[in-house]
Amino acid sequence: MEAIVSWSFRLGTYLVILCAGYIFMNIAVNGSKAVFTTEAPFINIEFLTQKPQTLHVFEPKEVDTELKSNKAKVVALEAKHRNLGSGETTMADEIEQQIEALKERSKALDIQRKEGRLMYGDKEYRTLTEEPSSEQYVYNNYAYSGGGIGPAIVGTCLLVAGSIAIALTLGILCAIFLSEYSTSGRTLQLIRLSILNLSGVPSIVFGLFGFGMFVLFLDWGVSMLAGWFTLAIMALPVIIAASEESMRAIPKGFREGSLALGASKWTTIRTNVLPYAMPGILTSSIMGVARVAGETAPIMFTAAFALRDQLPWQGLEKPTDFFFQGVMALPYHIYVVSSKIPQNEYTRNMQYGAAFVFLIIVGFFALSSIILRIKIRKKYKW
Amino acid sequence: MSTSTSSTIAGSGTGTPIIKIRNFDFAYGDSQALFDINMDINEKEVTAFIGPSGCGKSTFLRCFNRMNDLIDIARIKNGEVKISDVNIYNKDVDVIELRKHVGMVFQKSNPFPKSIYDNIAYGLRIQGVKKKSSLDEVVEKCLRSAALWDEVKDRLNESALGMSGGQQQRLCIARALAVRPKILLMDEPCSALDPIATAKVEELIHELKQDYTIVIVTHSMQQAARVSDRTAFFYLGKLIEYDKTDNIFMNPRDPQTEAYISGRFG
Repeated sequence: MEAIVSWSFRLGTYLVILCAGYIFMNIAVNGSKAVFTTEAPFINIEFLTQKPQTLHVFEPKEVDTELKSNKAKVVALEAKHRNLGSGETTMADEIEQQIEALKERSKALDIQRKEGRLMYGDKEYRTLTEEPSSEQYVYNNYAYSGGGIGPAIVGTCLLVAGSIAIALTLGILCAIFLSEYSTSGRTLQLIRLSILNLSGVPSIVFGLFGFGMFVLFLDWGVSMLAGWFTLAIMALPVIIAASEESMRAIPKGFREGSLALGASKWTTIRTNVLPYAMPGILTSSIMGVARVAGETAPIMFTAAFALRDQLPWQGLEKPTDFFFQGVMALPYHIYVVSSKIPQNEYTRNMQYGAAFVFLIIVGFFALSSIILRIKIRKKYKW
Repeated sequence: MSTSTSSTIAGSGTGTPIIKIRNFDFAYGDSQALFDINMDINEKEVTAFIGPSGCGKSTFLRCFNRMNDLIDIARIKNGEVKISDVNIYNKDVDVIELRKHVGMVFQKSNPFPKSIYDNIAYGLRIQGVKKKSSLDEVVEKCLRSAALWDEVKDRLNESALGMSGGQQQRLCIARALAVRPKILLMDEPCSALDPIATAKVEELIHELKQDYTIVIVTHSMQQAARVSDRTAFFYLGKLIEYDKTDNIFMNPRDPQTEAYISGRFG
């Protein structure tokens, strides 16, 4: 009995790890096809720096037609195979052979198609003097599938940096008040409870709030500033709770010792509470913002553009415009490329590549917060 | 031994009183912790507060530098505490100035997680003293006063948390001395120390008596007998008896005092 119980816990844990591992491996394997190359410098710089482009594909018409008819034939034969009686084994074998032959042929055709096709990004496509003739080629285009995700990476980094700054400032102010200055009572409990509840609010609600508050009411438009504040507000509950916790964990003796030496309250907090609480505050804040940075919902109405030609620092009329422009962001970009365009061999690179790069960025944030914590912990110990 | 006139104001006699407490009532919320306390504490003497746990002696001590301000529900119901003839609970009294004059050493040694040097210099730095030479001077003087200099002079820049418990407590005393207080409050400074470290701190108290007025709360009656000139016995928030230490221990007037020092309760 004991063994069954322990094994069921064990299996549950393994299952979770296995699923997570499969998903991550899948993204990593498929994504690295887009991000890495076989030749030096082994990283697909174009993919990381260029803006997304529409991919224009011309496939040889003959091959395409034959492929399609092959496919139809296979489907027909398979249907026929299913309708055969149990006695007609020779007939069944014959059909199987035909299907086999057709599939072989399809494979060969597929290679031929890949060799014969023409692919253009937007820029090249526009410079074409003459479109490949529609008699020889079948034309298809796939939005976002060419080029790279440069602006989305830049936009995500800007969004994260700005929201960390805002969330940290506001969060630490709140935490200092709650842990050091507030008098305990019903009001304080109410404030704590509301902050706690705020962390359970769905992200789309924050998105709508940001849209209503910053984009419409304050009239900032779809802008980086609105995105910063929306993300910051979303990360705040976590940051406030964690910061307050870190500050409460500082022994009372430090405060009393400092006050007894004639330090004012603020001096005491500044010199003897905040420095020792900082490791906890920083790590939890970066963790909180890293989590929020992965959210699509809060930025899709407030800050994110599906496609933007310019990088944020290009084409500004005046410096303040920097804050009032929309940006591309990786989570939103992933949402767009995975839901708005078909999934096939032409789009897969972009889909997996973007997800993979995003995974790396978020992982980098989490890792840096852990390293930061270890480093500062070593510095301050008591 | 005090005469009958000191039934309201205990502790008169030789010496100049520096702290005068009159009709002092103190409460945490609705529960009163101190009842109508009157006493004078003499300058450059060691005054010990003894009594069973929860009798209010620490609370009383923390009234002298207004550490109780930190507790939301703490309040003075009545009476006054005068230090150098100023009522420290007056509205215009600067708590920060007060605390510079009335230093405090806590039950649990609480060195800051900084270097030994920075610990001592802290009190001066927050006052804006930046000059290295004057800081150096004060650090050495305070460490010498706390009989710690020879032990730590080679590792001033190491963390104070690497010191032994007794050293940490003496460091806290040295740190309190750095802001040049007149009065030093000690809240059970030896409760976490072994006998040898305790002996060192007691020796230190003896020496500091030359320059400072010391008020010490202690659980150990032997310690009170060893270090103090005067002893006050508290019980259930009331000052039961306050007199020269010899009198308290040899010849207590109050039966409760006698019962406590002879170990029958508390």
